[in-house]
Amino acid sequence: MKKDEVPQDNSKSYQGQNKLLYAVDDSGHYHGVKSSGWEVENFATQLAVNDLNEQTSQALSDAHSGLISSLGYHMLARRFDVATLAAASGFFQWQINRHLRPAIFLTLSDKKISRYCDTLKISRDALFSLPTQ
Amino acid sequence: MPDIILPINHLQSSHCETGVVATLLQSKGIDMSEPMAFGLASALTFAYLPFVKISGMPLIAYRMPPKTIIKKVCKKLDIELETRKFSNAQDGMQALDDELAKGNLVGLQSSVYWLPYFPEDMRFHFNAHNLIVYGKNSQGEYLISDPVFEYPVTCAAEDLKNARFAKGALAAKGLMYVIRSTPSHIELNEVIKPAIKKTAKMMNGLILPYFGLKGIRHMAKQIRQLDKKTPKYARLYLAHIVRMQEEIGTGGAGFRFMYASFLEQAADICQIPALNKCAEHTTLVGDLWREFAMDAVKYCKKRGDISLGDIAKKLEQVAEEEAKLSKMLLSAIA
Repeated sequence: MKKDEVPQDNSKSYQGQNKLLYAVDDSGHYHGVKSSGWEVENFATQLAVNDLNEQTSQALSDAHSGLISSLGYHMLARRFDVATLAAASGFFQWQINRHLRPAIFLTLSDKKISRYCDTLKISRDALFSLPTQ
Repeated sequence: MPDIILPINHLQSSHCETGVVATLLQSKGIDMSEPMAFGLASALTFAYLPFVKISGMPLIAYRMPPKTIIKKVCKKLDIELETRKFSNAQDGMQALDDELAKGNLVGLQSSVYWLPYFPEDMRFHFNAHNLIVYGKNSQGEYLISDPVFEYPVTCAAEDLKNARFAKGALAAKGLMYVIRSTPSHIELNEVIKPAIKKTAKMMNGLILPYFGLKGIRHMAKQIRQLDKKTPKYARLYLAHIVRMQEEIGTGGAGFRFMYASFLEQAADICQIPALNKCAEHTTLVGDLWREFAMDAVKYCKKRGDISLGDIAKKLEQVAEEEAKLSKMLLSAIA
């Protein structure tokens, strides 16, 4: 990549910041060059972020209608899925899947709930409540 | 408590770990660039790991696993690095304060997600980020030189604690590292050649089909088979590859441009002009990776008449050129 080919596309995901790429100048030498974003990369990021946001708002509506527990929403809102939440909380994936059922989630011990609160950095009250849609 | 502000030359870098190594070594008066740290650690590679999942997608890496770079560079240059992990977060924060009070720059491994200064769309649960703490102000906030950012940042103690002690895959367990001593003289000349040799050999792949050239060809095969999946999965999968290659602090084209810069410096230090030719070829390889990313995104946008076969073909072309590069590197240092 040549220095003048370093994209400056002001990617939304950079929030006004620049990142450093390596590119060659006219005499063929490498330098660090700042880039405000690349449309190609930004598209890929937004596709992934939009997918996560869709899943999260779906979980919110499912939680409001009682199909899943509030944990299902808060997990996704904190960018976890069942696999990563299991790794971070120490629960098994099958346990988390059970806890996603509203009736079971309400019967969990304080100890288990505080493990979720600790992993998600959220208060007990917040874990049991949902934002409005 | 008065402010502690240690002298540091904040060095914006492409990648966190190489940036931290270069900054820490420079603070000790050692002339070390980010690409040089990357090359010396033989960090360039390709790995496609289908059994390690990131939000349901295979892990695709363009460099060796976290911590390889700092460990290898220090070992090769005979630099004494003290690393510590903590079972208790309080102890970990106290140890950080103690080192700062002694006037030492402290390298930390942390999660990305719990650092509030990261742009929202970049925050995800990756626990092997690296940064340097160079002070603490009277409000109790830490002064941080995070190498992927343009300027130094500050971070509240509670947030930094959460980031250091986040659990899960690659958990940092509060890992901190401090340079204890450096040799009086460093001879890069002797360590560069073996480092290049290792990279060139690694590109040919290990026994498993997931590494090096085999890994790239394997990924091409997976792309060809995407037509058996839902269109949505195919788009997310391709976007995932592009993110791993470009977004995750690689300096562009999955570290290929950074490696080219290393080869250019190596040619000069070792007085091997053939390495300049290798650097040029690495640039070509990097440009091909970028073209591949463009094609993949074009497909995601359903624009033009690009097919999965075309994208896979481009990737196989990348593999071919990387094979050539491996040979060129071996003959340049022979």
